[in-house]
Amino acid sequence: MGTADILIRFALIVIIFLISLVVAMYSTYAERKIAAFFQDRVGPNRAGPFGLLQPLADGAKMFLKEEIIPANASTFLFIAGPSLAILTACIGSAVIPWGQKLTIGTRVIDLQVTDINVGILYIFGVVSLGVYGVMIGGWASNNKYSLLGAIRAASQNISYEISMGLSIIALLMMTGTLSLREIAEQQHGFWSHGWFTWNFFRQPLGFLIFIVCAFAETNRTPFDLPECETELIGGYHTEYSSMKLGFYLFSEYINMFISSAVMATLYFGGYNFPFMHHLGLSDNWVTILGVIALFTKIFLFIFFFMWVRWTIPRFRYDQLMDLGWKVLIPLAIANIVLTGVVSTGLKYFGF
Amino acid sequence: MESLSNKRKVIESKPLNFWERAYLPAIIQGLSITMKHFFRKPVTISYPEQKREFSENFRGMHSLKRDENGKERCTACGLCALSCPAEAITMIAAERQKGEENLYREEKYAAVYEINMLRCIFCGLCEEACPKEAIYLDGDIVPADYLRKDFIYGKDKLVEPPLNQ
Repeated sequence: MGTADILIRFALIVIIFLISLVVAMYSTYAERKIAAFFQDRVGPNRAGPFGLLQPLADGAKMFLKEEIIPANASTFLFIAGPSLAILTACIGSAVIPWGQKLTIGTRVIDLQVTDINVGILYIFGVVSLGVYGVMIGGWASNNKYSLLGAIRAASQNISYEISMGLSIIALLMMTGTLSLREIAEQQHGFWSHGWFTWNFFRQPLGFLIFIVCAFAETNRTPFDLPECETELIGGYHTEYSSMKLGFYLFSEYINMFISSAVMATLYFGGYNFPFMHHLGLSDNWVTILGVIALFTKIFLFIFFFMWVRWTIPRFRYDQLMDLGWKVLIPLAIANIVLTGVVSTGLKYFGF
Repeated sequence: MESLSNKRKVIESKPLNFWERAYLPAIIQGLSITMKHFFRKPVTISYPEQKREFSENFRGMHSLKRDENGKERCTACGLCALSCPAEAITMIAAERQKGEENLYREEKYAAVYEINMLRCIFCGLCEEACPKEAIYLDGDIVPADYLRKDFIYGKDKLVEPPLNQ
């Protein structure tokens, strides 16, 4: 690996980092705008054309606000909480394949920061670390509401990680690899051998379980119990102000972006789009269109997240636990068994 | 024991069937309902640019009227201040001097006339009390401001602009 390769890799990391920040920034704008449309309102429209500068104004406001650290809070942990939250949110994007290979001259650029062969495990590790930011922040605030929110977040994330992992196992039984790049390649195109190539059409139940768990992991409605305003004021970020609060809110949106990317890669073909090799375009153009296709899928998922937020009310805590332990885990196990039986059967009868 | 009104309604509570317990059909129904709203026209009226039409008897900001020759009608009789339940109106009367006949209709006029818009409840009793038809609440909404003292409106804001200008 030469210096040029390292520089290209570094540039890719910076670009992906910037893209996730910008997407997260404009997700806040999109959230408000979409919420407004769902409620027959107009939404923010004063800052710039269509209110497009609203996120900048919000960011500036966040930076300029007074920073308050409560007297009884543990200062180190109080600062570590939001830092950890945003760190874990950002590093998840390292293993996601954003596109196929780009050829410039003789140099082949891989549009993925690193293709480790345990990509899914890495994502899982990062996602489980995510709860630490919330937990530490809630604990360090020394406030009952924060602590309650943190406890809720921890138990909720742990409960839903199990069924998320189980739903992934069924997927892995079909793909036979943990590398996200290979999983994306297996879903090449849209249709081959008389069936859809995208994993969604092979694992619909698994996808359903996965998306429900993704909602729970990102603390989005209907699973936003850790930060429900009506019961816990602000939940784990009650005591936070200024940019530290901004980091928490930001990490939620980055998490949403990353989990949308993971869902698009695992179940909806990632950068693959229908007829990608029947258009007669050069490889580079296919790659670029593939990146656009991936981002379209991601934005559709983000829209879906917001759509659900403004449709479904929040679960009660016991209902949340019921759904996690009594419904999703048995369903996920049944899905594994079903996948095993069906794939063995198909192989036996020679499909 | 029989209930008093005898209007007891027996509520049927059937156990939920499988699809109702599975949540998903209900969720999809809910999503389609919100999607319908997504494409509906917003009901918002963007206030400073667009304004809702006022009703016929809307009472807004006061104006002190002039007569058909452009003279101020107010004679500072104080009936409006007396009738005001919020005690928002004060005035100081003055005698008309020679040469001011084209400014004031009668010999007495209000040198200072102040309405505290923070006290005013826009009841319209001053309008009813006025024997000279000098005050009417026919203006717009009182605009927002930063300081309390700026809400005490004097004659500069209340008197109608002169006729031929």
